[in-house]
Amino acid sequence: MVSPSELKYTKDHEWVRVEGDTGTIGITDYAQDQLGDIVFVELPAAGTAIAAAEKFGEIESVKAVSELFAPVSGEVTEANDSLADSPESVNDDPYGDGWMVKVRFSDAAELDGLMSADEYEAFIEAESA
Amino acid sequence: MTMTDEYVSLDPQSDPSPAGVGGKLTFDRSSSGRKGVVLPALDVPESPLPDERFLRDDLRLPEMAQNEIIRYFVGLSRLNYSVDTGFYPLGSCTMKYNPKVNEDVAGLPGFAAVHPQQPATTVQGALELLYELQTWLCTITGMDAAGLAPAAGAQGELSGILMIKAYHQGRGDSARRKVLVPESAHGTNPATAAMAGFDVVSVPCDADGNADSGFLAENIDETVAGMMYTLPSTLGLFDREVGRIAEMLHANGALLYGDGANQNAFLSRARFGDMGFDVVHLNLHKTFSTPHGGGGPGSGPVCVKSHLAPYLPAPVVSSEGSGFSLTRPPKSIGKTMAFHGNFGVLVRALTYMKSLGGDGLRHVSENAVINANYVQARLKSAYKLAVDRPCMHEVVLSGSLQKKRGAKTLDIAKRLIDYGFHPPTIYFPLIVDEAMMIEPTETESIEALDAFCDAMLAIDRECTETPEIVKSAPTSAPLRRLDEATAARKPVLRWQPSA
Repeated sequence: MVSPSELKYTKDHEWVRVEGDTGTIGITDYAQDQLGDIVFVELPAAGTAIAAAEKFGEIESVKAVSELFAPVSGEVTEANDSLADSPESVNDDPYGDGWMVKVRFSDAAELDGLMSADEYEAFIEAESA
Repeated sequence: MTMTDEYVSLDPQSDPSPAGVGGKLTFDRSSSGRKGVVLPALDVPESPLPDERFLRDDLRLPEMAQNEIIRYFVGLSRLNYSVDTGFYPLGSCTMKYNPKVNEDVAGLPGFAAVHPQQPATTVQGALELLYELQTWLCTITGMDAAGLAPAAGAQGELSGILMIKAYHQGRGDSARRKVLVPESAHGTNPATAAMAGFDVVSVPCDADGNADSGFLAENIDETVAGMMYTLPSTLGLFDREVGRIAEMLHANGALLYGDGANQNAFLSRARFGDMGFDVVHLNLHKTFSTPHGGGGPGSGPVCVKSHLAPYLPAPVVSSEGSGFSLTRPPKSIGKTMAFHGNFGVLVRALTYMKSLGGDGLRHVSENAVINANYVQARLKSAYKLAVDRPCMHEVVLSGSLQKKRGAKTLDIAKRLIDYGFHPPTIYFPLIVDEAMMIEPTETESIEALDAFCDAMLAIDRECTETPEIVKSAPTSAPLRRLDEATAARKPVLRWQPSA
C-alpha cells in the first residue's frame, strides 16, 4: 500500500489533495481495506459548511457503518455524486475516482496539523502492530 | 382462475430437486388446474359478494398438488440451519437450545386461544401468569417493578431511556442532554439514546475492557441524564467497578441503565438492582429460551427501581383484591405496541424459569460461563484474544494473526460452514480488529465444544498451509460464497415475473 506523497492525511484515515485555497477529500487505501466492500456513501450537498475533526458524512461497508471526519474546515463546493451508483470506486480507486468532496478552505493553517505520507504510513504501522 | 401463459411454461423435469437452491419458486412450479386441497361442499346459504369492483380474475396464484407443495416447503426447511440441527455459537444472540416443554405449555388452549380483547374476568389465568412473570423478573434482577410490554430488546432499551428522560423532566430538570455509552456496548445502545433525543458520549475502554474510569470521572456531571451499560459487555467481560460507577452517577443526579440482554451470564449469581442499576431490560427470547432469530418474536421487559415504577410502559398487571387486571402506571411513557407484548414468548419464558427454578437458573449461567471459558482456553494459543482474562458467557477472538497469513475472519467463518458449524458473529464488537464473537451457550456438551474447537484449530492450520481453501469456502453448502457487496449495493427485494 503506497500513500501518494502529494497528499495530507488524518489519524481518521482521510486524505486531502490541496489545490490552492480548495482541496479534494477522500479516505485512504488502508481505510477502504479495513472497511471491506463499500456499499453506500452519504455525502453533504454543495454549500454545506464542514468543520475540522467533525463528522461530514457516513460510509457503509458490508461490515459496518462508519462516520467520515473532515480533515479541515470549509465549505463543500462539490460532492462526488457518482458514488451513489458506484460506491465500489472507493475500494477500487480511493485516491482517484473514489474521492468524496471538494471544499474551499476557511482556515488553510489547519493543513499544517495534518500528516505527510511518510508520517501516515508510520502511524498505520504502529496502529496495526 | 386464469393463468397467463408465462406461468404455465413449466417443465417439472428441468428442476427435479424438491426446492432447489436458486431453483423454481412456487409461481414457476404452478400448473393450471392443480389443487392442493379440495374444499368441502358449501353448507351455508350462498350470498353475493358485496362489490364486484373488489373481484379480479388476473390474480397470479400458484397452483400445485398437495405433495408438490409439501415437497417444496420441506425441501426449503432442509436447507435451514438451526439450533435443533447443530451447534450455533452466534455471539450476542444466545442461540441456546429451547426446551420443548415450553411449546407444550404455550400450546395449551387457555394460553394459545385467548384473545387480547377478552374481558379481564375471563382471562384471569393468563393475567396471573403475567403477574407471576413480573414477580420472577423482579427477583432475578433485584428490581421493584417490571413491565412486560416491550416486544424486543430494542423496545426495552427505548422504554428504559424514555423513562429516565421522563423522570428527569418530572423533577423539573431538563438540562441533562447527555447519555454515556461505553464502546463495548451493544450497537443498539447509542442508537436508543439518540432516538430518545439525547447526545451520545462514547466512553472508551481501558486495557481490561472496562469502561475507562478516568474518562467517567471527568465526564459525569449535571449535564448527564444517565449511562447505558451493557453488562457483561460485548467483549464478554464483567466490569467489577460497576458499583462505583453507579455511585458516581447517582452522586451527580444521573441514572444507570442496564442492558441486560446478556443476563444469561449471571442468573441467580448477581443482580442488577444490587449493583446500583436503576432500570434494566432483559431479552427473554435469549436468556429464557424462546425460539428467535430471523426477525422472530422477541420480548424485552423492563425492570425498574421504585422511583421509576410510575413511568413503566403500559399496561402492567396488577393484583388487587381477588383478581388480576391490566393497569396503566400513573406517569406511564405510554404503549410500546398493541395489547400486552408478545404473550406467547412470555408463556414460554416463565415455563423455562419455573421448570428450572432458582438453582437451575444458577446452573444455566455457570455452564454458559464455563463453556465459553473452555472455548477460550482451547483456542487462545491459535487465535489472538481481544482481552486476555477470564470471560463470561462469550469469548471474543481476533482473526488478525490469520489475516497476516492470508485468510481473514470472513474466510474463517465461511470455512466453519464446511466443517458443519454455524459461524460465530464476526466483525463485532467494532473495537476488536477482525473480531469473532463466540457464544457457545450452556446447552452444549463437551463433545460439541471439542468438535467446534478442533475445527477452529484445523482452520488455523489451513490458514498457513492452504489459505486458498479457506478463502474459497464454503464448498459443501447449498450455495458457495455469496456476493454480499452486490446484494447490498443492488438489492433485489422481491420476486418479479419473467417478462
